[in-house]
Amino acid sequence: MLAFIIRRLGQALLVLMAVGFVSFSMFKFMGDPLENMLGQEATVADRAELEERLGLNDPIIVQYFDFFERALRGDFGVSYRVGLPVGEVILDRLPATLELAFLSGVFAISLGFVLGVYTAIKRDGFLANFIMTTSLIGVSLPTFLIGVFLIWAFSVNLGWLPSFGRGETRSVFGVDLAIFTWDGLRSMILPAVTLGLYQMTLIMRLVRSEMLEVLRTDYIRFARARGLSQRTVNFGHAMKNTLVPVITVTGLQFGSIVAFAIITESVFQWPGVGLLFINAVSFVDIPVMSAYLLLVGVIFVTINLIVDLLYFTIDPRLSVSSN
Amino acid sequence: MKTMLKLTAASVALCAGIGMANAETLRWARAGDSLTLDPHAQNEGPTHALAHQMYEPLLQRDMSAQIIPALATSWAPTDDPKVWEFKLREGVKFHGGEDFTADDVVFSLKRAMMPTSAMKELLNSIADVRKVDDNTVHIETKGPNPLLPNNLTNLFIMDSDWTVSNGCEAPQDIANGGDNPCVRSVNGTGAYVLESRKQDSQTILKQNENYWGKGEFPLEVTEIIYTPIQESATRVSALLSGEVDLIQDVPVQDLARVAETDGLALSTAPQNRTIFFGMNVGDADLGSDTVDGKNPLADQRVREAMNIAINRDAIKKVVMRDQSAPTGVIMPPFVNGWTEELDAYPAYDVAKAKSLMEEAGYGDGFGLTLNCPNDRYINDEAICQAAVGMLGQIGIKVNLDAKPKAQHFPLIKNKETDFYMLGWGVPTFDSEYIFNYLTHTTTDKLGSWNGTRFSNADIDSKIESLASETDIEVRNQTISDIWNTVQAETIYLPIHNQVLNWGMKDAINFPVQPEDQPHFKFMSFKK
Repeated sequence: MLAFIIRRLGQALLVLMAVGFVSFSMFKFMGDPLENMLGQEATVADRAELEERLGLNDPIIVQYFDFFERALRGDFGVSYRVGLPVGEVILDRLPATLELAFLSGVFAISLGFVLGVYTAIKRDGFLANFIMTTSLIGVSLPTFLIGVFLIWAFSVNLGWLPSFGRGETRSVFGVDLAIFTWDGLRSMILPAVTLGLYQMTLIMRLVRSEMLEVLRTDYIRFARARGLSQRTVNFGHAMKNTLVPVITVTGLQFGSIVAFAIITESVFQWPGVGLLFINAVSFVDIPVMSAYLLLVGVIFVTINLIVDLLYFTIDPRLSVSSN
Repeated sequence: MKTMLKLTAASVALCAGIGMANAETLRWARAGDSLTLDPHAQNEGPTHALAHQMYEPLLQRDMSAQIIPALATSWAPTDDPKVWEFKLREGVKFHGGEDFTADDVVFSLKRAMMPTSAMKELLNSIADVRKVDDNTVHIETKGPNPLLPNNLTNLFIMDSDWTVSNGCEAPQDIANGGDNPCVRSVNGTGAYVLESRKQDSQTILKQNENYWGKGEFPLEVTEIIYTPIQESATRVSALLSGEVDLIQDVPVQDLARVAETDGLALSTAPQNRTIFFGMNVGDADLGSDTVDGKNPLADQRVREAMNIAINRDAIKKVVMRDQSAPTGVIMPPFVNGWTEELDAYPAYDVAKAKSLMEEAGYGDGFGLTLNCPNDRYINDEAICQAAVGMLGQIGIKVNLDAKPKAQHFPLIKNKETDFYMLGWGVPTFDSEYIFNYLTHTTTDKLGSWNGTRFSNADIDSKIESLASETDIEVRNQTISDIWNTVQAETIYLPIHNQVLNWGMKDAINFPVQPEDQPHFKFMSFKK
């Protein structure tokens, strides 16, 4: 087990190095940060001087190793856009993204699971068919449209929920969180639903097809033949065996909720790392972009590791074979 | 169902509560946030707009863009035309209680001239700043500079002791990781005091109880809650749902919606920004055209043909939904040097344009690439698309290349485009500013935005003479001469001046400021 973890950590470091290198070689295609930093009055001489000071003239490989060397010391530089240390800016924004991802994850998993099991058990029921059809909307509409539609319905027309921002926050162990205040929770509903709708549909469809698969197997028939109640068969025996693929997908999806909440965050002006990243891209804020991409790499690697470890607890066969 | 009803009732109550809470609280939203609280670290619209609520310059532009006294009460050149005397307002205190004196002015201007300052180019004519006594300051320029006051309207005064004791004598140096308290906190003399701020999220300002301008300005707004909302659909929704009171940057397709909504009003005014196309008129051959060995844009007849082939009225009507003022010169109407004759745009005339093309030897037309930004100006890419169609009518097959601003502007700066869109605002409200950047030959100091490769030694020397000409008559004559050449040569293809729209609750009295800078001390409410 320990060897497994160590091996995975080694791989993780390689992945991060590669992510860093790929992103660094992309930056020069993103435009010129000097334009935004200098303002329109800057002379040709001013540009040359700042370019030299920022080290933007150095070859990419030199800039890359310089970045990595400083990153290992925990120094990610200063944001070109807002002039604050990048580490501080990202840490400041991360709680907003994590709590939003958490709430939308809870929404997606719980509703997705319940609806998936329901539609599998009542395969041809009217309601089940209705749910299956409408769920197509969740996967086929772009996030942006869903967000704008929800704002139009619940903020402009009904006036129930705020259309933007994070609302009131409360400090919990030094971290500002909105999830524990009524105002903050109200602000989170629309972005969390927007962000989680796709995942909810995905989980629901996955659970449904896995359930249907399992319900056809012999041991379920035997269980029925033994006279076990429908409830015990469905929830005690069938559902448990659908979990392994569902957990893999859910884990990976949670990673993408955290990393790619960019569109949802910008539609709802949710002050998380996604919004920070989209602003960094349009400003060509290289220090923020490189640190963010590295962070995304770390998130994915960690989630994959956790998912791998979860297999051991859910599926006893795995731990037997590894011993 | 019951809980649902309760929920609705609760939120209705909450909404009503917000409406009644405090009539003097103003919730303000625009697309971008201020980048930094250090008043000399960025030279950028939204950053200055927020700073203006808390910091003050010596003199400022009011809501109609007229220069009015702020921290200086009077200013005039002394007997030596190179030295300006500024009399300072007495009895002014910073938010922290420190007295405002001549030392602060000397300190702040010198700080803004340092290498890491983003404001230094506006002050490059200054040789020295001296304190004469506690309420008088002399600014000495390298040569006589009749426009010095125009360059000071966004130059904010900081308290010297506070700034030094916080370790930010120099504006932040991003290259060396220079983080300092002046980026995060404010100590100005302005009408509003910083209460709290979260970047890209929310900034709260409270009225300054000891503001010197009490009685002079309405000062009806006692609290400002400023939220950037990037997505235009969300920004408009926030205004429609009553979550904010004032938004800048109303997208043109939503103007009618805002105007028709009960309780909302639209305030409109021409903006200090002209949109135009630049052409490479200088090179012997172009890389981006289909003509070998020649530069078709070097021929004035071709440029003239392009100029009259662009239907500015159609762009205004179709692309801009009437929200633009077509123009024949690359200068907004507020600027010194502007005349109605220059502003008049040529009639749209395809037949004449075709014959000009014929005459120039391009009767069969040619191909050309147009570089265009897609996230900078109002409907920028759509304007370019319209121009592509119009130029196609006279045989110029334009290949449109639209990119984000961060990639578009370096093309102009590095002279990698032969045909491009650019927009230009004039913060000094004087033609010299336009010439310095757009007309003068590109050198180390001047002509940094001149992507046309236009270079004329005579015009260059005339432009340089403007900086130190103190005789206003002579100076205006030179400005007029330069414009005549620029217009006769058709170096640029002007399109229009942008129009600004602010959407707000109709209980608010607030005209649009041509620089897109709301100064809330001027805001009042209808009784």
